[in-house]
Amino acid sequence: MDVVKAVLEKHQKELDKYKPITVEKHLECRIDVGTLLITDPNDLDDRQLADNKEEYLSALTRDNTQLLVNAIWELPTERVDESIVAKLPEPTTVLPRLRKPPGPRPLTKWEKFAKEKGITKKKKDKKTYDDVLDKWVPTYGFKRAEAEKDKEWVLEVPQNADPNTDMFQKKIDLRNEKVAKNEIQRMKNIVRAKKIEMPRSGYLGPEAASSNQLLTAVTVAKSSTASVGKFQSKLPKEKEARGLGVKELIPGGKRKASHISAQPEREANLDLIKSVLNKKPKLDVEKAISLQKQDERMEREAESANKPAKKGGKKGKGSRKAVGKKPKGHQGQRAPGKKGQAGRKRR
Amino acid sequence: MSLLRIRKPKTRKGKKVLLAREPQLIESARTMLFVDGRKCGGNVKLCMKDLQQLKKPLVKVLNRKNDITPFDDPSSLEFLTMKNDAALFTFGSTSKKRPDNIIIGRIFENEVLDMFELGIKRYQSISEFKNEKIGACVKPCLVFNGPKWAQTEELRRLRNYFIDMFQREKVESIRLQGIEHVLSFTVTEDMSILMRSYKILLKKSGQKTPRIELEEIGPSADFSIRRTKIASDDLYKLARKQPKQLRVTKKKNISTDALGNTKGRVHLGKQQTGSIQTRRVKALKKSPEEKRADRQKKKVALKAAAVEALSTAD
Repeated sequence: MDVVKAVLEKHQKELDKYKPITVEKHLECRIDVGTLLITDPNDLDDRQLADNKEEYLSALTRDNTQLLVNAIWELPTERVDESIVAKLPEPTTVLPRLRKPPGPRPLTKWEKFAKEKGITKKKKDKKTYDDVLDKWVPTYGFKRAEAEKDKEWVLEVPQNADPNTDMFQKKIDLRNEKVAKNEIQRMKNIVRAKKIEMPRSGYLGPEAASSNQLLTAVTVAKSSTASVGKFQSKLPKEKEARGLGVKELIPGGKRKASHISAQPEREANLDLIKSVLNKKPKLDVEKAISLQKQDERMEREAESANKPAKKGGKKGKGSRKAVGKKPKGHQGQRAPGKKGQAGRKRR
Repeated sequence: MSLLRIRKPKTRKGKKVLLAREPQLIESARTMLFVDGRKCGGNVKLCMKDLQQLKKPLVKVLNRKNDITPFDDPSSLEFLTMKNDAALFTFGSTSKKRPDNIIIGRIFENEVLDMFELGIKRYQSISEFKNEKIGACVKPCLVFNGPKWAQTEELRRLRNYFIDMFQREKVESIRLQGIEHVLSFTVTEDMSILMRSYKILLKKSGQKTPRIELEEIGPSADFSIRRTKIASDDLYKLARKQPKQLRVTKKKNISTDALGNTKGRVHLGKQQTGSIQTRRVKALKKSPEEKRADRQKKKVALKAAAVEALSTAD
């Protein structure tokens, strides 16, 4: 036993040579080792803070840093490139982000359609074999246009077309139109993704308009006659545009329901007369009672005005002018600045 | 990516820049933008210089004077932070009404989230302390003293802001000898904020954990809080929302015992003993007597049912 004691004593002596690493705090400090952060909720010593501020702050910070370092040195460590590295836990303080977390990208119209129908993208080969040129030609990208120029160095003018048409220019125009159409579709996808209500764009032309827009345009055009399209001939199986806002576009289309109902006119009119003639006044009981009371009060006042006024009146308690209501406490507003008196008045 | 972008980027570099500005799952370290106001000199300039040194290399410094009043109209400041892809900003100015004024704030979704206006009451820059400095890019320890930090929402936000501003990057591990800088923030009774910066000296203690001594290296500043603009609770909550993918979900039915072995618990459905194919043993077969008894039982039950049916029919 003596050996153990001796060893412990020796150890204690060795420790006494150094300053302590323990810190005593009244309230426990909150430590977030992940961000190397310590928050000390203990009260500050005002007198020391006023007298020797810098020393006090330094000592306070030292103590708190010591606590933090003690916590760090307890973490599991490992050796990396001749230095000891402590593994930090996840920080507990949550800091705001710069931007919202990214959500799923909204699908384009085509992507949505393809998903519904189960269409998957097929990977095209980078080069395809061209029979005319008798060589491998890039499907897209670098040198594709060149290969196409080689292939289509001459273009045939169709029989029904004007012999002077420039087929090359026509090809370029067609391509430009395709690009423009794609751009419009891209914009539409953006609008759809952002869920913005866009103003009605009107008729966009046969290339850009959707089938619904075309149908709406036809319906509106047909009904734009003096007789609201009543005498316009119809195609077999012709559809009419329906849906939100179509009727607003048709002149005179949106109307209130006809005053003539489905039942015959005579009957409807008779009903109307009946309802007018058989009208009974509605009885409002509360209003009636209040009216009655008012009448009575008027009568009473008139009587009292006729009588000669009493001299002196009753003495004592009965002499109070306001008959009826007793004064009630704590209903008015207090005067600001005046101290409220608690309890009853003592004399 | 930029499905929602109306104008497509024309160059590859431009595309990369725009991609970096899209919302990211894991955001990069937060850079700070330093903007000068109409007049910016003296202590404000010194303070901004020191902050830049502390935050290097996560800084972006604009040197021109700007006619901006962030508390009246933060839009141009928001634009500048957006262009420089900065999450934090420091705006320094000095005027007759608000001498030595420094506005610190942060951005969420290209709009100002929090803004704090601090007046510099006393300032001592890093260069005034003539001693050995710390290395660059050191992650500092942060110490917040005083009970007031947790008492009002404004101060809680300011504390969070200071953590955001000085914590540099989130790191997974730290070199023990690399812990050499501590920043202390003390809020006093008269609501002034005392910021001090010390170098940590690791001394022997006779134990594994070292004893700490501090040496002041600057900057040392006393701030007073002037105006503040803090985000509404809803917005603040939204800004702190972490992406679902990063949230750690606990896996069910997996446990680790004291020896470090992972144990899993597997749930089987209810065993259907009736339909299980078992070994056919003669002993388990029904004997002819048992079979007969069963038949008898069935007959009796049928008869009883018939009688009951007749009685109800009557």
